[in-house]
Amino acid sequence: MAILRNKLRPFRAARYAGLAGFILLAACLGYGQTTNSCLDCHSALPDPLGVTQEKFSQDIHAQKGLTCTSCHGGDPTSDDPDKAMSRKAGWKGKIDRKQIPQLCGSCHSDPAYIRQFNPSLRTDQLGQYRTSVHGKRFAAGDTKVAVCTDCHSVHDLRAPSDPRSTVNPVNVANTCARCHADADYMKGYSIPTDQFAKYSASVHHQALAVRGDLSAPTCSTCHGNHGAAPPGIDRVQNVCSNCHAFQAQMYEKSSHKKAFEAASLPGCVVCHSNHGIRHPTDAYLGTGPDAVCMRCHSPGDVCDQARAGLLNSLSRLDEAIKSAEQVLRVAESSGMEVSEARLGQDQARDSLTKARVTIHSFRTDLVDQDIQAGLKIAAKNLQAGKEAMVERNYRRVGLGISLIAIAIVLAGLRLYIKKIES
Amino acid sequence: MSFLRNLRNWLDERLEWDDLIAPLRKKTVPLHRLSYWYFLGGITLFLFVIQVLTGILLLLYYRPGANEAFESVQYIMTRVRFGWLVRSIHSWSANLMIFTAFAHMFSVLFLKAYRKPRELTWVSGVILLFLVMGFGFSGYLLPWNTLAFFATKVGTEITGQVPIVGKPLMIFLRGGEEVTGATLTRFFGFHVAVLPGIATLLILLHLLLVQRLGMSVPPKLEVQWTANPSAKREMKFFPNFTLRELMAWYVALGALGALAALFPWDLGVKADPFVSAPAGIKPEWYFLFMFQTLKLIPPKVWFIDGEVLGVLAFGLIGLLWLLLPFFESDDPSRPRRWITGLAVFALAYVAGMSVYGHLAK
Repeated sequence: MAILRNKLRPFRAARYAGLAGFILLAACLGYGQTTNSCLDCHSALPDPLGVTQEKFSQDIHAQKGLTCTSCHGGDPTSDDPDKAMSRKAGWKGKIDRKQIPQLCGSCHSDPAYIRQFNPSLRTDQLGQYRTSVHGKRFAAGDTKVAVCTDCHSVHDLRAPSDPRSTVNPVNVANTCARCHADADYMKGYSIPTDQFAKYSASVHHQALAVRGDLSAPTCSTCHGNHGAAPPGIDRVQNVCSNCHAFQAQMYEKSSHKKAFEAASLPGCVVCHSNHGIRHPTDAYLGTGPDAVCMRCHSPGDVCDQARAGLLNSLSRLDEAIKSAEQVLRVAESSGMEVSEARLGQDQARDSLTKARVTIHSFRTDLVDQDIQAGLKIAAKNLQAGKEAMVERNYRRVGLGISLIAIAIVLAGLRLYIKKIES
Repeated sequence: MSFLRNLRNWLDERLEWDDLIAPLRKKTVPLHRLSYWYFLGGITLFLFVIQVLTGILLLLYYRPGANEAFESVQYIMTRVRFGWLVRSIHSWSANLMIFTAFAHMFSVLFLKAYRKPRELTWVSGVILLFLVMGFGFSGYLLPWNTLAFFATKVGTEITGQVPIVGKPLMIFLRGGEEVTGATLTRFFGFHVAVLPGIATLLILLHLLLVQRLGMSVPPKLEVQWTANPSAKREMKFFPNFTLRELMAWYVALGALGALAALFPWDLGVKADPFVSAPAGIKPEWYFLFMFQTLKLIPPKVWFIDGEVLGVLAFGLIGLLWLLLPFFESDDPSRPRRWITGLAVFALAYVAGMSVYGHLAK
């Protein structure tokens, strides 16, 4: 029996261990399952009071461990609505719109608090908001202007890096457009409501939304986000220069800068417009419908002559590149090895791009330097293409002669075979 | 003319030239309506010689190494006088040689020329075909362009699927875990030293066997000619057949020249191991039927990995293919019909799968 008991001992020990494990697991599960009576009721309520567990679980605050009470107060552990939503328990109810910036700022302006979650997150949003047009009007009592939740949403607020976030770069324009493209809503503000329509047709939108280039600008890139405001006429080039540095350097030293400042004209915007910026073309220097110079300058004046010279230079280089390209393409399709000249074409195109950038200096001598460099490369490429075509023809003539020689040998052999076999 | 005669006599006194070519003067080639298939072996040999000659010329400028190979081929194509012609002929000739080798093999199969006593001729020929494909595989990497790089990557990966020896074999071929400059150096070694050495010996053996055993006659004709020897028609090997073969070589030379001049072999873009493989990458046409088959096999067949099964199946088929003559009847009046059926199926499969592989995305 003793032997049998000893043999059974491990089974008994395993049974007790299993029971203990089950109790521990149940305890752990019970501990993790904190009561949230807010969601129990609000998940069943219709909008705007409805907040489901699924929706709230997407919220960055919920993911960081904050709950309904963090903003609304109350006692979520109580199933009794009167107790859960009692003023005694600190319940604030629906947050008054006027209180929203201050409420968000109570945490987001506290570096010590924010550091616990994301040490690199800025804490100047409220301060910036107060300097923005939105913030100033809000302080003046206009509650129609945007507050935090209008842009960031509420209860399902996501980090800006999340592509589904309303403030992700790809979605910012749509978020701004919800108010700024609504003519009825914007009535009384005396600002246009076509910015979004124009932006949607712009080269910037094309780059950001179509090509997915996150470095391309959206509304907040030029206007700021929390401190959103128009850049101001005399500061436009500072905004554009954040990306278009070379153009800005050229423009800074140009005669146009002084002239535009004197006439209170908004720098870059004068030629390129603001929200609806299209891909610039050489036609800007022309006299057609897309011409920009002739909006201010008179036909025949010194500037008009310089404009014509610049356009002529750019067109010459563009044509030279196209001519070389055409010959190289034919040579390549004939199987000729012209990869070096092809590489040279990229250099010629770079010179053309550089010349187009140098236009912002409005100096013909500087533009001409780039044009001449490009023309030299394009001429070399054209020559390489022509030589390849000469070589191709030489090969074909050589082939023809060889085939004739082979045919003669074949005929000779045939005759010889006939002779020896006859 | 007297100078040539004197030179000939001078050589004959020292080399016994006349004795050397005496068997060739006696040798005959059977003459029948399918005699032109006999030219394919000679054309393949001619293309091999072209490969050796153009290969030696390319060696004057080619530099193996990940940093130099592409540039050296580019230099050959653009700067070296007639370099484009030599490289294009080398590449076109390689492809034509593989094609004529395949055609030669199937002609031998359909004419039943592999039968006793020519089993060893068949075996040496099939090994030569495998070697020729090895030449193609190793030579394809040498320009170190993107397509070659990734095709080699895929090809050596497939080798790695072979159970037990696959992984070590793959590492041996690559000179490491990945396709690098070390792989290029190895492939260069295989391409210009190892494979030509073995191929030359095998070609000599193959030619010796052909000369010793003479040209095979299709079984039906052999039976007829045995029954009625007066019906037998022959042609002297030298000079009648040789001159005709020479004509075929001239035609091949003309075709090579035309292909090289009108469609110079593309250089492509230099290989960059850090970019992703181009979409829809495929091997050279002569590996396409195997590649497409491997693609069509399900990932798991019963409990065996599909790709492993495919590689093993091809290995087994290759071995059986090599031993095919040993399954044939010795009696020419009773040839095994299933072998002809198998040959038809094999030709249709290789051609069909190659076309499918070419068209598939």
